[in-house]
Amino acid sequence: MTATYIWAIIIVLGVGTYLIRFSFLGLIGGKDLPEWVLRHLRYTAVAVLPGLVAPLVLWPAATGGEVDPARLSAALVTFGVGLLTRNVVAAITLGGATLFGMVWLTGAY
Amino acid sequence: MSRATQKSYYWIGFRTGLPFLLVVMPFGMLFGVVATDAGFTSVQTMAFSSVVFAGAAQFTALQLMAEDAPFLIVVATALAVNLRMAMYSASLAMWLGRAPLWKRALIAYVNVDQSYAVSMNRFEDVPDLSLSQRIAFFFGAVTPVSPMWVVATGLGIWLGDTIPDWMALDFAVPICFLAIIAPMMRTLAHMVSAVVSIILALVFSGLPYNLGLLVAAAVAMIVGAQIELWMHRRAQA
Repeated sequence: MTATYIWAIIIVLGVGTYLIRFSFLGLIGGKDLPEWVLRHLRYTAVAVLPGLVAPLVLWPAATGGEVDPARLSAALVTFGVGLLTRNVVAAITLGGATLFGMVWLTGAY
Repeated sequence: MSRATQKSYYWIGFRTGLPFLLVVMPFGMLFGVVATDAGFTSVQTMAFSSVVFAGAAQFTALQLMAEDAPFLIVVATALAVNLRMAMYSASLAMWLGRAPLWKRALIAYVNVDQSYAVSMNRFEDVPDLSLSQRIAFFFGAVTPVSPMWVVATGLGIWLGDTIPDWMALDFAVPICFLAIIAPMMRTLAHMVSAVVSIILALVFSGLPYNLGLLVAAAVAMIVGAQIELWMHRRAQA
């Protein structure tokens, strides 16, 4: 990786990400958007994040891509608690506790 | 609207955002560690976290850069990961769109998953808040989270390899996102969209440069929107 490549990516990603964040809030302000645009935007988070996370859960780099009982059970607990309680902090706390408990029990990380 | 009320809404927001430190600290530290390991200088790592300011996209870009992916692929994939921010921007516009332009510009810069989620919950629960109360709440909620992302990156650079393996910092990322996704499973359309995203991301995980995620996300978005339409027609029939 050259310094130019790194700096170019930092700048382009910085500007691009800012424009995405600013987009509707900045340009549209209080005005309404077409219904079909909103309908697709409603699903961006659930369409991107699960696909991003799934390989990390099943094939974690930390174990060289092997399925790891500690990480898998931590993921299931986090998601399950999040579904049942709708409480992000409770999900993170119990998921984290499961991870550390299982790492301690299995002695593997 | 008195200044005292605005001030108290700032602190209500602050307290609501505070628990997310639990996530931002390990997540940010991990970025400092991983970027340094990948060959970034400290200045580049700090610039990355403060200019781009988006954890998941930063990790995605970093991973692709380490694989020597072409410039355009890195940019397109990382921006796709951030596309959800356009949705955040659109739904925040409904509540904060009448704020002065300079405030909207600042809101856009500091907005992250956690502050978006707690602010939207609050605005929907208490719809009669005034505009300045909403703005105060939002800035309160981002204060403990957003600056800490940059501070945590610095800590990661500084502590580096002294962080023990058993802390399993790598898994702060999946845990954080799973905790954010789970409460979003409100309708059948959201659930099917998420399942399609998971299946396609796994099936296409062999594609180079994380292109599989781009394909999975695009298809999942369309599927979600179509199921919503279908449910709507069925409810009317």
